[in-house]
Amino acid sequence: MWRYLAPLGLFIVLVVFLSIGLKLDPREVPSPLINKPAPAFKLPELHQPQQMVSPADFKGKVWLLNVWASWCVSCRAEHPVLNQMARTSQVPILGLNYKDGRDVAQQWLRQRGDPYTVSAFDEDGRAGIDWGVYGVPETFVIDKRGAIRYKHTGPIDQKAVNDKIMPLVRELEKEPA
Amino acid sequence: MKKLIMLLLFAGLGTAFAGVEVHQFEQAEQEQQYNRLIAELRCLVCQNQNLADSNAELAQDLRQEVYEMIQAGASDQEIINFMVVRYGDFVLYRPPFKATTVFLWIGPFIILIAGFVILLVFIRKRRQLGAVELDETEHARARELLNQNNETDSQ
Repeated sequence: MWRYLAPLGLFIVLVVFLSIGLKLDPREVPSPLINKPAPAFKLPELHQPQQMVSPADFKGKVWLLNVWASWCVSCRAEHPVLNQMARTSQVPILGLNYKDGRDVAQQWLRQRGDPYTVSAFDEDGRAGIDWGVYGVPETFVIDKRGAIRYKHTGPIDQKAVNDKIMPLVRELEKEPA
Repeated sequence: MKKLIMLLLFAGLGTAFAGVEVHQFEQAEQEQQYNRLIAELRCLVCQNQNLADSNAELAQDLRQEVYEMIQAGASDQEIINFMVVRYGDFVLYRPPFKATTVFLWIGPFIILIAGFVILLVFIRKRRQLGAVELDETEHARARELLNQNNETDSQ
């Protein structure tokens, strides 16, 4: 009896581990920035180059930072979701235009709509490196004290907004500044 | 014809290498430090390549970052810390030994020891069984079988 049950048990354990492994996404790298202060930057505004944009501008608010580029294909899929979010919620979204051209980026927003409260122009990608960006688009949720609380790598969809991002934003808005 | 194809292939090689930027170092140690670090750091975009091998745009930027930090006199540890703060331990091909990576480091040794234990138990059980004693009729049958074999062998 035992000699049949032991291999069967081993097999079941193996299957369980492998099926968990199948569901894991190896591209999902946990960000070390969670619960750390948002990295500072001072970048020119995308539309008004003489104006400077900084995460410090949003102190005291719960806000989102969305990293995007006109060359990023999956940003196109994500964009309507951001537009919808900008229409229906009061959460400010800082658009970090990552390694892009000013003209193409502006044109892109004219064509597809501009969900961003303000857009920072990160031409050489230095701010992106400080934020640990490796797969555009990426979306961060930052709390009132300026700490990163959540990071979503890859395009966000309506489900991610409804199930994760908005509930978290509502939760964080209750926290004292 | 063959030579022409070879020539074309090598011509292609040249342009492929031209994609990797050239960095000038004043000291040989700095160049060694650079090469050592970009071989140890993982590219986040194409995750099974290091910074040295990858041609992804992010890898180029990070190589540039490493280069500039070396020029500014940063130590290995400072550069590694810079990367880990931004991208986590994942950027390191040699993960540090800590609570979350304990199994990564000692897991293989645990499995090795477990294998030895199982092997020892198995051998011991075998030994306890001891040699099988045969009675007279069984001996006779064994002899008969052996003789049969000898006959077929000699044929």
